[in-house]
Amino acid sequence: MASDAINYYRNNFLKEVEANVEEGAWVKMCMQCGVCAGSCPLGNAWEHTPQKIFMMIRAGKRDEVLSSDAMWMCTSCYNCIARCPRELPITHIMHGLANYAHRLGLAPKNQPTRKFATMFWNNLTKKGRVNELKLGIALYFMNGLVNGIKVAIKAMPLGMSMMKTKRLSPMEILGGHGIKDTSGFHAILKKAREIEDAKMKKFD
Amino acid sequence: MADIIATNETILVVGGGISGMTAALEAAEFGKQVILVEKSPSVGGRVGKLYKYFPKMCHPTCGMEINQRRLKMNPNLRLLTMTEVSSVEGEEGNYSVTLKTAPRYVNENCTACGACGDAVEAEFDNEHNYNLNKRKGAYLPSAMAHPQRYVLDPAIIGTPDATKAKEACKFDAIDLEMQEQETTLTVGAIIWATGWQPYDAAKIQPYGYDRIQNVITSVEFERMADPHGPTGGKLLRPSDNAEAKNVAFIQCAGSRDRNHLKHCSRICCMASLKQTHYVEDAYGDEGKSTIYYIDIRAIDRIDDFHQKVKANPNVTFTKSKVARIDENKGNGNPILRGVDTEGYHRYDNEHDLVVLAVGMEPSVSDFPVKVAVNENGYIEQDESNGGIFAAGCSTDALDVNRAVQSATASALRAIQVVNRVAGSEG
Repeated sequence: MASDAINYYRNNFLKEVEANVEEGAWVKMCMQCGVCAGSCPLGNAWEHTPQKIFMMIRAGKRDEVLSSDAMWMCTSCYNCIARCPRELPITHIMHGLANYAHRLGLAPKNQPTRKFATMFWNNLTKKGRVNELKLGIALYFMNGLVNGIKVAIKAMPLGMSMMKTKRLSPMEILGGHGIKDTSGFHAILKKAREIEDAKMKKFD
Repeated sequence: MADIIATNETILVVGGGISGMTAALEAAEFGKQVILVEKSPSVGGRVGKLYKYFPKMCHPTCGMEINQRRLKMNPNLRLLTMTEVSSVEGEEGNYSVTLKTAPRYVNENCTACGACGDAVEAEFDNEHNYNLNKRKGAYLPSAMAHPQRYVLDPAIIGTPDATKAKEACKFDAIDLEMQEQETTLTVGAIIWATGWQPYDAAKIQPYGYDRIQNVITSVEFERMADPHGPTGGKLLRPSDNAEAKNVAFIQCAGSRDRNHLKHCSRICCMASLKQTHYVEDAYGDEGKSTIYYIDIRAIDRIDDFHQKVKANPNVTFTKSKVARIDENKGNGNPILRGVDTEGYHRYDNEHDLVVLAVGMEPSVSDFPVKVAVNENGYIEQDESNGGIFAAGCSTDALDVNRAVQSATASALRAIQVVNRVAGSEG
């Protein structure tokens, strides 16, 4: 019984956030005034505003925070940072939390921003350059075949003019352009991931 | 000015608000020679513009009158109004101070009969009422101004209004030839009591003080409640002069905010709690107040006041720093938007009038002599200041009670300096 209570109230999630989340050390500085929540243009569209997320972190609500879609809804308008009376880098903390939740595999599975971000990352890291054609097509068909065809037809004039001005090549479908030393680039990314993983502290 | 006698046993007090008056009176009543300089035409400062004090809800005019009387009766104290300090040189026990006195254009013959004010036509913003209404070009700064003597606005000099004022005066009190005067004095110690000014609310962009008529500051609301104020004591909102029965108070407007003033201004919580009384006094149970706050900082004995206001059903407390204010174009009501911290409810609340509880900042940022100031611009007590001391809101954001304590302490420090001078001279 006693151990249940201790388990329930163990409050090392704040410490975990401070250690593993970018700018996480700022979370404890929040004084819960609510200006970020009220200033967010999308605030009424999400379940948890930054103010609430910060309080949940302090309350040790690890699962609720990391599986929240709130961090993924941030459009980086920076209204909250501009107005925060304590100058917390709120936007950066939200992105840091999203990234951390993604790495732990706890982020919401079908969150569209997460899906697109994953798609973009995989596209970019393959050859070191973004393959616009493949990324565009993947984005169109993200929500199914029928919807994808509809979106593609609608966006056709844009694609045509991009081709005309040589911003988009149909040949990209065959593999596309890349940087000179792809294997070197992959080695850099692998090393960076190793360093990041080594920095990650374990909390249980 | 030739009749001013000052020696290095004289104490100079700069600023004639409640702190400067107190420091000057304490030292003078102790028997020291004191010169009190005040930049504006009369003493009283910010306290003279308050309607009521917290927590006793009495009128500052009462305490002010006592101080004015002490000031008039004390032969050791010399008051110079419309005077500023332009330079300070020397060291503890021996300062050479240069004062600049602006022309009042009215001499000691003035009986404050008001004939010159009736005669002139030009009108100017009334500083005493935070520019909420107008005053004449020949005016008495406020009803209880000390010295009780008129002033001519320098803008009317050389215009027909100046001649009209002179002709209207039966006592030969108007002297249009007065010039700015410079005086150099020797003093032993100096007390800065230059006080505070309200933080410029227009800098708090989301609150729209510069765009929404019915968003005003706490100091303006204070003038509105005063029967001598611009609305004759009625709480009327600026856009349409309608009765403001549903008033919102926003705390920490500029204070505790690293984008504005980093420090807590201390008085604003109590000021808003006090001002909820004005709303209820004016409209009874129809007068509703809502206080938007981060946390109420009413410390020690004044928390009783807070608890009483909290128990009042006509006052609502919303724990939230308002994120922004929009205007309802139809009726001019400000709409307050934000999220409250007790339950995270999103709100869009309309009120008749919004009062921003603006923070305190030091009124002087550029002292004519080197003094140690802290990161918020307030004067620190520091050995390097020598015989220069600070009193009241030059030292920190303080309420009247603490400002007066601080002034008494500074008077004692200055007295110690001039006593040392007297001792060494035997």
